[in-house]
Amino acid sequence: MSKAKRKRLILNLATFALIIGAYFILQSMVDAKTISRSLKGQLIPICAWIMMAVSLNLVIGFSGELSLGHAGFMSVGAFTGAIVSGWILNANADMDPTLRFIIAVAAAGVIAGIAGLLIGIPVLRLRGDYLAIVTLAFGEIIRSVINVCYFGVSDGSLYFSFLNKKMPEGVTMLVDGAKGALKITRISTFTAGFILVLITLVVVMNLVNSRAGRAIQATRDNRIAAESMGVSVMKYKMMAFVTAAVLAGMAGALFSLNTTTVVPGQFTFNQSINVLVFVVLGGLGNILGSVVAAVFLTVLPEVLREFADYRMLVYAVVLILVMICTNNPLVKYVFRRAFSPVTRLFRKNGPNAARGGGRV
Amino acid sequence: MAFLDNLINGVSLGSIYAIIALGYTMVYGIAKMLNFAHGDVIMVGAYIAYVGMQMWGLPAPLAIVISMAVCTVLGITIEGLAYRPLRRAASLAVLITAIGMSYLLQNLALMIWGANSRVYPETFINSTTIRLGELTISISAVITIVVSAVIMIGLTLFTNRTRMGKAMRCVSEDRGAAELMGINVNRTISVTFAIGSALAAIAGVLLCSTYPVLQPTTGSMPGIKAFTAAVFGGIGSIPGAMLGGVLLGVIEIFGKAYISTELGDAIVFVVLIIVLLVRPTGLLGKPVREKV
Repeated sequence: MSKAKRKRLILNLATFALIIGAYFILQSMVDAKTISRSLKGQLIPICAWIMMAVSLNLVIGFSGELSLGHAGFMSVGAFTGAIVSGWILNANADMDPTLRFIIAVAAAGVIAGIAGLLIGIPVLRLRGDYLAIVTLAFGEIIRSVINVCYFGVSDGSLYFSFLNKKMPEGVTMLVDGAKGALKITRISTFTAGFILVLITLVVVMNLVNSRAGRAIQATRDNRIAAESMGVSVMKYKMMAFVTAAVLAGMAGALFSLNTTTVVPGQFTFNQSINVLVFVVLGGLGNILGSVVAAVFLTVLPEVLREFADYRMLVYAVVLILVMICTNNPLVKYVFRRAFSPVTRLFRKNGPNAARGGGRV
Repeated sequence: MAFLDNLINGVSLGSIYAIIALGYTMVYGIAKMLNFAHGDVIMVGAYIAYVGMQMWGLPAPLAIVISMAVCTVLGITIEGLAYRPLRRAASLAVLITAIGMSYLLQNLALMIWGANSRVYPETFINSTTIRLGELTISISAVITIVVSAVIMIGLTLFTNRTRMGKAMRCVSEDRGAAELMGINVNRTISVTFAIGSALAAIAGVLLCSTYPVLQPTTGSMPGIKAFTAAVFGGIGSIPGAMLGGVLLGVIEIFGKAYISTELGDAIVFVVLIIVLLVRPTGLLGKPVREKV
């Protein structure tokens, strides 16, 4: 096994170990009721945000395309999940909630994937900032369209109307335009969220480390060179984009089935930006980084609750400072000099390695 | 006459978008960055003018001048503190910094002025209407269009005729070469931010005079729309931003009037996507040739 391969394997195993460990600790805390209420309420959203961050990292970090509309796919998934779950409940109330959850999440993934495919065809023809603005535009279009969609259910059949609310008598509304999806039954569980996170990680890590994943990264590093080596740029960029859309859709279903109502206004451009911040702070192309950043930045505002008035201000300042500290050559140099005695200790060959002093 | 009414409203809204888009496109052309905080500078400008008129009782023109001055200083400060250290960094890092700056401005405004939305005072521009036969035109629409036209002509003259304008075009063409020719790149970028932010203050007042609700998030949606307008016209191109802004405003108003009120925003974005598919660098953008 080559050195790089071994390093990657260790990193991947560490990611899984961390997540599985965190799950068991948190689950036992939930069972023993030692967990704070606010944190307990955050567990499932955290899982959803991890899925969002990891899937967006696939698009931005590995395929190299800046997408500003990722929340749109989450929105598609959230509403699909709510509709499918409500429809099944109406048609067959005896169905096991777990099975209903699985069907709803799968349907959300499929519909979001189709949306990803349809949006990917025009989007991936563009480059750079133009691509970014078009993904932003699609995110806003999805939001506006869901705002004027009406879904109702009655005796096991689904009713749909667009723009105007035209429903026969006695229909239970599932999605009521701008009021969003109503009366969702809460069937998401932390375990389900944990399993979905694991699925996300397995899918993304396997994709990235496969032949297709190498092709995806090649199109990122040099599109023309990849194309001239016979890599179909469109195909592989599409693969990354659609996979990310499917995962985001599933995250959306997990998120919406954890609440009683979701409104289209929850999945705006700002939400896409939040996920983008997770990805950039965690490191482009670094999956563990995305997970940690998603957890940390979701919990942080809750912890800062006592500074309620200042927390977004602090968040903004921290964001700017982190970006300057990690990207300004001068600041980086100062940091490296300041920490060099520390980092030298952790080098593989001991403190004298830098001076060529051999093993200690 | 509804058609003409809508057209005038559309051009008026579009002129505001165009003024904001000018700020985006100039900064993009020269510093090669998407300044997401630009929309929030508009909001700050509107608040300062509000404070000037409502609390200090200043006449509207003076309040607007003060607001422009404050925004100019704000723009230069933002550039110097947050963007200048990242001049050679990856574009995504700069983008995130700009987003952080946008959050910062919004939350500062929230702390200073509170979350309650304010009803914008009657500046010298709204309230009255002119009647032309069956057509009723609000003064605010006329003034918005005239002000925008003046700004556009002034800016075109500035970039084409002055030394600084020449330096700006030069930096936007090739920063390295400009530096070698003795142009002070940092100062040129500062001036660009100053002009963009002063325009943002005017846009803020015009926007709030037409849609008189002011709150800390007022700037974000017009900001996104104006950014769209800049891309629509070809980002980096000044005439493109003007054309894109006006077209976007007209499309939005017509979409809302004739297709669906709720889908107005969606229609704008659909048109943008169609335009970009036909012309991938916008209406007036220069096609970029790829070199191997």
